[in-house]
Amino acid sequence: MSGADDGPVSPSVAGLRARFAGAVRRAVVSCGDTVVYLEPTRAHEVLAWLRDDPSQQFDYLMDITAVEYRDEERPLEVVWQLRSLSRRQDLRLKTELAKDAPLEVDSVYDLWKGADWLEREVFDMFGITFRGHPDLRRILMWETYGEGFPLRKSFPLRGHFNRAEQTRQALAANPEAHYSLEELSIAAAYAELPPEMAQRLARGQRGEVA
Amino acid sequence: MGLSLPVGDAGTEVSTMSPNWVTTRLDFLANWARSNSLWPMPFGTACCAIEFMATAASRFDLARFGMERMSYSPRQADVLICAGRLPFKLAPVIRRIWDQMPQPKWSISMGACASSGGIFDTYAMVQGIDTIIPVDVYVPGCPPRPEGLIYGINLLQKKIKGESLLDADLRQEHLVGPDGLFQPARHIDEVSEPFGNSVHQTRSS
Repeated sequence: MSGADDGPVSPSVAGLRARFAGAVRRAVVSCGDTVVYLEPTRAHEVLAWLRDDPSQQFDYLMDITAVEYRDEERPLEVVWQLRSLSRRQDLRLKTELAKDAPLEVDSVYDLWKGADWLEREVFDMFGITFRGHPDLRRILMWETYGEGFPLRKSFPLRGHFNRAEQTRQALAANPEAHYSLEELSIAAAYAELPPEMAQRLARGQRGEVA
Repeated sequence: MGLSLPVGDAGTEVSTMSPNWVTTRLDFLANWARSNSLWPMPFGTACCAIEFMATAASRFDLARFGMERMSYSPRQADVLICAGRLPFKLAPVIRRIWDQMPQPKWSISMGACASSGGIFDTYAMVQGIDTIIPVDVYVPGCPPRPEGLIYGINLLQKKIKGESLLDADLRQEHLVGPDGLFQPARHIDEVSEPFGNSVHQTRSS
């Protein structure tokens, strides 16, 4: 699969194949970067090993994202971009999610805390559910956003609703509802807040517009 | 920019001017004061805000026109300057800021995106802030140069100088109606129609 000038395959691939024979579907080299395709159900297990094994030490999760191709037959891909700060090595892992099955994959929040917002963004834009994420809700769009998942190919660029309806829903949104109490850093003082403010924030805690 | 005397009615000739008092119209005096002490509420969301900052800085010096002080509290602001694109997520925010500003108040829509959505004919972008709040002056450009913004502010000052204290309609609050919209739905759909390059937008839509 790798072209002549695509560069060498990452040495991590040999280790992955030896240890997770059934979990590694294939590995390719693209523009010098090694991409490993994983079995969706075993992705978390493989990522945990890559983080913890002394020979790998991928201690930094650079990004999580997803890809949907224009070809409707092709599955969605979830992408993890890992880096080992100590070994100065990069590794990209992908897993393919068939569109006719529920779009679900295990959260890696327990491995890298930085996955929190990255997974929320993928959920917000693609509708992929990360099992085990502590707080999986929209992050870019407001929480009562009702048009679906904007980066899916089935999503019209201007949105599903007409402009008047979009404007009406936007004006009805509660600006305070974008933040949890923890994000507002007043969770500890919640009991001391004036009743009106406490009620308002409690209402906005999970983004329900009253 | 001193206080100049309005031309008196024909036939009333003042032979000697006392230095201690002047006569003028109340409209003239109020509008003169208002137009030359506009305190802007900067609502900068994108690259237009960079030009807005340049306008306020020493080279272009917005203070020459009485805009010495940026009012970061809407309660003390006179003119809301929306500098940049406005996503739907910010629509309730700018609406609330506008509602918090006391009368008299005006607003300037700075740049193509604030005025029409610009190149962002997408699911996330308000197609012109006049679907959210009333707008007095639109400044075209992407982004407008500081001279353009200053010209827009001068136009606003000219507009204020033509106002009358007796015209109660000018100070009418235009609130969000019971249907949850500031403009009629039909009007919003009409001004949001695709134009220019976005007419040929075919991707998945």
